[in-house]
Amino acid sequence: MELRINQKTYQVDADADTPLLWVIRDDLGMTGTKYGCGLAQCGACSVLVDGNVVRSCVTPVAGVVGREVTTIEAIETDDVGKRVVATWVEHQVAQCGYCQSGQVMAATALLKNNPKPSNEQIEAAMVNLCRCGTYNAIQAAVHDLAGLSATKGEA
Amino acid sequence: MNLPIESLNLTDPVNVSRRRFLAGTAVGALVLGFGLPLGSGRALAAAAATERGTQVPAFLEIRPDNTVRLLSPFMEGGQGTHTAMAQIVGEELDADPATFLVEAAPPGEAYVVLDNGMRITGGSMSVRLSYPTMRRLGALARAMMLQAGAEKLGVPVGELTTEPGKVVHAASGRTLTYGELAERAMDLPVPDPASVKLRDPSQFRWIGKPVKRVDAYDKSTGKALYSIDLKVDNMLHAAVQHAPRLGMTVGSLRNEEQVKAMKGVHSVHQLPGAVAVVAERWWHAKRAVEAIQVDWLEAGADSRLRSMPADFSSDAYVKRLAAEKGPARDAENEGDVAATLASAKTTLQATYHNQYLNHGQLEPPSALARFNPDGSLEVWLPNQAPDMFRADIAKRTGLDPARITLHSPLLGGFFGRHFLYESANPYPQAIALAKAVGRPVKLIWSREEEFVRDALRPIAAVNFRAALDSDGMPLAIEAVSATEGPTEALAGKQGEKIDPTALEGLAGKSYAIPNKRIAQIYVKGPAMLGYWRSVGNSLNDFFYEAFLDEIADKGGKDPYELRLHLLRDNPRLTTLLQAVGELSGGWKRGPFTAEDGSKRARGVAMASPFGTQTAVIAEVSIEHGQVKVHDIWQAIDPGSIVNPAIVQAQVSGAVALGLSQVLVEEAVYVDGKPRARNYDLYPILPPSRMARVHVRIVESGEKMGGIGEPPLPAVAPAVANAVARLTGQRIRSMPLSRYTFT
Repeated sequence: MELRINQKTYQVDADADTPLLWVIRDDLGMTGTKYGCGLAQCGACSVLVDGNVVRSCVTPVAGVVGREVTTIEAIETDDVGKRVVATWVEHQVAQCGYCQSGQVMAATALLKNNPKPSNEQIEAAMVNLCRCGTYNAIQAAVHDLAGLSATKGEA
Repeated sequence: MNLPIESLNLTDPVNVSRRRFLAGTAVGALVLGFGLPLGSGRALAAAAATERGTQVPAFLEIRPDNTVRLLSPFMEGGQGTHTAMAQIVGEELDADPATFLVEAAPPGEAYVVLDNGMRITGGSMSVRLSYPTMRRLGALARAMMLQAGAEKLGVPVGELTTEPGKVVHAASGRTLTYGELAERAMDLPVPDPASVKLRDPSQFRWIGKPVKRVDAYDKSTGKALYSIDLKVDNMLHAAVQHAPRLGMTVGSLRNEEQVKAMKGVHSVHQLPGAVAVVAERWWHAKRAVEAIQVDWLEAGADSRLRSMPADFSSDAYVKRLAAEKGPARDAENEGDVAATLASAKTTLQATYHNQYLNHGQLEPPSALARFNPDGSLEVWLPNQAPDMFRADIAKRTGLDPARITLHSPLLGGFFGRHFLYESANPYPQAIALAKAVGRPVKLIWSREEEFVRDALRPIAAVNFRAALDSDGMPLAIEAVSATEGPTEALAGKQGEKIDPTALEGLAGKSYAIPNKRIAQIYVKGPAMLGYWRSVGNSLNDFFYEAFLDEIADKGGKDPYELRLHLLRDNPRLTTLLQAVGELSGGWKRGPFTAEDGSKRARGVAMASPFGTQTAVIAEVSIEHGQVKVHDIWQAIDPGSIVNPAIVQAQVSGAVALGLSQVLVEEAVYVDGKPRARNYDLYPILPPSRMARVHVRIVESGEKMGGIGEPPLPAVAPAVANAVARLTGQRIRSMPLSRYTFT
């Protein structure tokens, strides 16, 4: 089947029900998108499909044929994504970093659809798990990107 | 076959030149960068060097572009140790930490730098126990740069000085970059370690400053590589299905032929306590291995593994622990607890317990194994102690350790998961499969297979008794814990001395209570145990600090004031407790009504883990019957620090894990099996349950303590104490999600 990923076209020989995650990682060799649970619980595998955040570990690859998939590998080619990355670095968000690809994708999707989200909209969108507990730094970074000053984060 | 330089035999008497090394890593394999250390040939040749951390060329490669590649003795799993090492070495070398590229060093005596002679990343030891040695390493390297500069410029070394990344001859205005001098410098003999002078701390540019993490960009763009991401040429993928209970073995496979015929399957294998499928793609391997119908056999009497019985229930086990009568061994026994309890008018007693926990690091365990044509073995795997892992691999394979190359990529979460746990690591399986198929194999444990084999955070049931004087002040405290410590679990037996990791947090308290007894009843349990962030403190400080609030209540004392009183002769802890009170706007226990109309209360707790002192205040309310934690104030005194930004981040992260264990998290066993095999039934703290975190760092100047683990243990008891104040319900176990509050 033919896939559009990061503005490129790929021919992939995979079963229709193979999760998109494993096609991206194993067939296409792009490892920035992470496997954490395989059950859409943690969000480490988040990618964008037509600009919306999707958990690729439970998304059958056949479902994205004809759609535009964006992974973390192309995040800086997007203006919003580039700003998200720069803000993530500025806020020193990452600890182990394993979940951060997914967090950056989730933040990018939120801000592309809604450049000025409210605190409630941020809370509703930023639900990926982080075992290092970088939640407050994530929230501070997204608030910064959204132009909100008050943050829940550190004093 | 393209053999990267990493496969070179470490014992070959070759002088691995820098140029050859660079050429080797310039090839675009994904394993790039986890190589044989530059200069290990030289380092081995200089085997005469005996003092720790003095084999400079084994640690440092300075490239022509002035990039400093540092091979660190420690593993980076989020705690920021790579950045701290760049700061410490860079400070003395006179090179900006931002120019550092830090990777984990391979096994080898050269990298044993801790005071205690071990090479382990754990126990929050890395910075505090290597600090002087790693500073000296940087200073030695700087001296070599100066010497090389003197030779090249033909001037006395005394006329030279350094600026970040370069040697300067002020008299002539000439400079040479470290990159220009490195080749010559690294061929010089390492100076006498006693000959170098360290910088005066008042002159520090990077130590003590919020230097940016060296890995922040790569980790924000998916470029950081973890074990699970690696691949080598000709590699196959593998997945396993573990026996449902540890110790069981494979009987027969009822549908092996059908599974072999499934798409993508290369081969089906039987392993100790597991079946495996090797395939061209991991998804195929996983789907096929889960389709195998295995008749599992009960563990034999000769099983080396801890066998999980078919009727094991963690809830029933806790009750059994609480009823254990002994014999007990004392860790602390001062005064006369028994007589004080017998004669006191006011006494109280309570029984506490905690829960098993998974590590829950987001990167599922994996291992990549490759046998090279010369019979040597390479393994890429998450680990906290490369020399111990290599020794274990040597034992399992019969290979000489010198023929085993071990690579230690970034860890996708740490928390104590990557220690040498028999039965809880995938590398023995990966090695066996690579051997069997004659090709490199990367094995990934699915989340489900991880949760059924993870080594659990221990549980304990503690029976407390206390005696109060007529003023309501504690005269005696006794804590008898029925438990098995993680170190005892690894050994499979009780040691000659008490396992400190079993009782830390009950033992080692600083409160001035004249009569005290802290004891352990050793009970070997059926579950395999491991170290979990802050180890024994993670449970024991919860028990002790919550019971101390019960003592305060019984004696009619405010718990904050009682602590101040019991610490009145301890200026360091008095300062710390006052600091957290101040940080929270002044101690107020409540209950009180917040601006949003919710009724709230606060709790306080302290802990002394890993050489650091902490004090925490928590503010809680009840929302939909569950505890909501609004704020955590934490004052932390690690003596002195290297990076305040990383300290702040570690406190925030440790608070999250502390909240997770007290609010929502538990590994429950029913019929010998974990009820949860994934995050759907094993909740970890989600963003919506996170609290605001306020940190005050107090640098008392005392001996440097740890940072990764210490901010965790006081969180749970502070929350439980606040809940008790708010609701009148004293909860003596974790997690609080087992209860509904009104």
